[in-house]
Amino acid sequence: MARIATRRQVAISTAAAWLAGFLIFFPILWMVLASFKTELEAFAIPPSFLFFHWTTENYATVQERSDYLHHALNSIIIAGGSTLIAMLIAVPAAWSMAFSPTKRTKDLLLWMLSTKMMPPVGVLVPIYLIWRDVGLLDSLSGLVFILCLGNLPIVVWMLFTYFKEIPRDILEAARMDGATIGRELVYVLTPMAVPGLASTMLLNLILAWNEAFWTLNLSTLNAAPLTVFIASYSSPEGLFWAKLSAASTLAIAPILVLGWFSQRQLVRGLTFGAVK
Amino acid sequence: MKHVYGALLGATALVLSSPAFSETTLTIATVNNSDMIRMQGLTSDFTAKNPDITVKWVTLEENVLRQRVTTDIATKGGQFDVLTIGTYEVPIWAKKNWLVPLDNLGADYDTGDLLPKIKDAVSVSGKLYAAPFYGESSMTMYRTDLFEKAGLKMPDNPTWDFVIDAAKKLTDKNAGVYGICLRGKAGWGENMAFLTAMSNSYGARWFDEKWEPQFNTPEWKKTLSTYVDLMKEAGPPGASSNGFNENLALFNAGKCAMWIDATVAASMVTNPKDSKVADKVGFAMAPNTGLGKNANWLWAWSLAIPAGSKKTEAAEKFIAWATSKDYTKLVASKEGWASVPPGTRTSLYNNPDYLKVAPFAKPTLESINLADPNKPTVKPVPYVGVQYAAIPEFQGIGTSVGQQFSAALSGSTSVDAALSAAQSSTEREMKRAGYIK
Repeated sequence: MARIATRRQVAISTAAAWLAGFLIFFPILWMVLASFKTELEAFAIPPSFLFFHWTTENYATVQERSDYLHHALNSIIIAGGSTLIAMLIAVPAAWSMAFSPTKRTKDLLLWMLSTKMMPPVGVLVPIYLIWRDVGLLDSLSGLVFILCLGNLPIVVWMLFTYFKEIPRDILEAARMDGATIGRELVYVLTPMAVPGLASTMLLNLILAWNEAFWTLNLSTLNAAPLTVFIASYSSPEGLFWAKLSAASTLAIAPILVLGWFSQRQLVRGLTFGAVK
Repeated sequence: MKHVYGALLGATALVLSSPAFSETTLTIATVNNSDMIRMQGLTSDFTAKNPDITVKWVTLEENVLRQRVTTDIATKGGQFDVLTIGTYEVPIWAKKNWLVPLDNLGADYDTGDLLPKIKDAVSVSGKLYAAPFYGESSMTMYRTDLFEKAGLKMPDNPTWDFVIDAAKKLTDKNAGVYGICLRGKAGWGENMAFLTAMSNSYGARWFDEKWEPQFNTPEWKKTLSTYVDLMKEAGPPGASSNGFNENLALFNAGKCAMWIDATVAASMVTNPKDSKVADKVGFAMAPNTGLGKNANWLWAWSLAIPAGSKKTEAAEKFIAWATSKDYTKLVASKEGWASVPPGTRTSLYNNPDYLKVAPFAKPTLESINLADPNKPTVKPVPYVGVQYAAIPEFQGIGTSVGQQFSAALSGSTSVDAALSAAQSSTEREMKRAGYIK
C-alpha cells in the first residue's frame, strides 16, 4: 500500500515538475514556432499551435537584411570580455573579503550592491559624454568596460558567498600536512571553488549577453551586438512578429546551447553549500 | 584614480578601435517600416551614382531609435550623418539649432512639388529642416460588403453621428464582427495620436493660448465619453491593448467593419497577400462634427542632417536622392507603383499609373490636405502639431494622459476620473517646465 502511494506521489511530483518546466519554457517554444510562420499566421487570432504552413522564409529575410555573424561575434566578444575582466577583478576581491575580512568589509559589500540600485538611464548622458570624449562610442572596448563595471557588484557578491562556504579548517589541515600556498591553491581551494566560479561566470555571461540598455545606446554599427540586431526587427507600423521571432531565435541560440552544456555545473554551483 | 581610469580607457580604446575609412561613409539611422526597408534594398542605385560614398544603415524600432538619436544629437555625439525623424521632432530640434537647414538639395529637387501641408510640417520659418520620405494622415477605412448588406452608404466626409450609428448597426458579436476598431494602447504616439485628432474634431484642444491644460472642458468630456461608450458597444474585446498593428491584424482578418487609422494602412489592407478583405475596402475622410475640423492627423517620416556633421555634403546628396521624384520612379520600376512611398509629392498624385493601382490615393491626398499643423484646432492654440503639441515635454505628458485614457477604456477608471487625473498631471508638468505659474 505504502509503495503504491509513494509511486503515485512520485508520478504526481514528476508531472508537476514537467508542467512547471513546460510553462517556463513555453514562451521560448512559442517564439521558435512563430519564427516558422508567415507574418499573417504569427498574428492570427486564434493562433495555430503546430498545424500551420511551416516556412523558413523569415530566416532567409533576416540573413539577407542583416549581418548576423558580425553581431553574434560582437556579442561573444562583449559578453566574454566583460565576464573575463570582471572575474579577474572579482576573484581576488571576493577572496580577500571572504578569508581576511576587516571591520569595513560588510559596508563595502553593501556599498557595491547599492550601485546597482540606480537605474542606468540616470547616468546615460554623463556616460555618453565621457565615451564621446575618449572616443569609446561604438567601440567594443567601451561596451566591454561598461558591462564589466555594471556586473562587477553581482560577481563579487556571488563569489564572496561561495568562498565564505569553504571551511577554513580544510585549509589549515592542508597547511598542517605541509602544503605550500601554491599547492593549497591548486589542489585544495580550486576544486572546491570551481562550481561557484563556473556558475558565477555563466550567470555573468548571460547577463552581459542579454544586456540591452548600454549595448543599444552606446553602439551604432561597428560594435553593435545581437541586441541591436533584434531591435531592428520591431516596427510600430507593419506586421513583424515572425521576423522578430526568427531574429530572436538566432540571437539566443548560442547562449542557449552554452547553458544546456553547462547546466550540471550551474545547478551544482547554485546549491553549493546548501547542505553541510 | 581618475588618471588610472583614463589611461585604462585610452589603452583599451587604442587596442580595440576599428580602422578609419578613406572614403566618405554615411551612417543613416532609420526605423523598421516597409518603405525604409525598401530604400535600404535600393541603396546600390545611389552608391553606383556616387562611388565615393558608402552607406551604412542602423535600423531600430521607433522608440529605441528616438531615444538613441535624441541622446546622440543632444550631446553632439556625432554617431549619425542622416537621421530619420518625424514631424514632432523637426520644429523642436530646428529651434535648438540641432539640424542643418536643407538649402542645397540640387537644382532639380523641386521643393515646390512637395505637398504644402507636409512641407509646412518639416519647415521652420520657411526653411526646410528635413526632407519628407513618406507622409501620412489618417482616414476611415470600411468594409463595403458589410455596409451594402446593412443598407448603409458611407459619405465621403462622414460625421461622428453617422459613424457611431453605423458602428452599432454593423456590430455582430456572435459572428465576431465589430462595428469599429480604434487604438486603445497607451502612448503619445498610440492612443493619444488618435484621441487628440478626435478631440480636434469635437472642438477640444490640449492647451489654451496661455498654455493652460484643457481637460476640464466639456469638449474633452464629450470626446472621451463618446470614444469609451462607442468602443464598449461596438469595439473589439480588449481594445485597450490595441495599437496600429493589432487593429491591422483584426481588420485584415475581417473582424472590423470600420477602422480609423493611418493612411499608410490602405496599401496593407488592400494587399491580397496580407488581407482577407482586400477587395472589399472603401475609404472616406476621418469623421467630423461639423465644427470645421476632421479627426485626422498629419505625420511625415523625414530625413535630416544633425548639426555639426562633417559629412553634410554627402548627406545632402543622399537625402536628395531618397526623396526625389527619380527615387519614386526607381521604386516603381523595381516593385510597381503601389509600393512607392506615399504622401510627399504633388506629382505622384497626378500620375495616372499611380492612381490606377492605388484606389486610396485620392482620399489619402484629401486627408493630408485637410490637416493643418499650424492651425490644428477649432479654437486657437499656442502650439504646432495636429495629434501632438510640438514641445519637448509632450512625449512625457502625452504618455501619462494616454495611460489615464486607456484605463478609462478598459473600465478600471471612469471618464471623469481619467480627465481630472489628466488635467492635474498635465498642469503639474507644465508648471514644472515653466509654461504656467
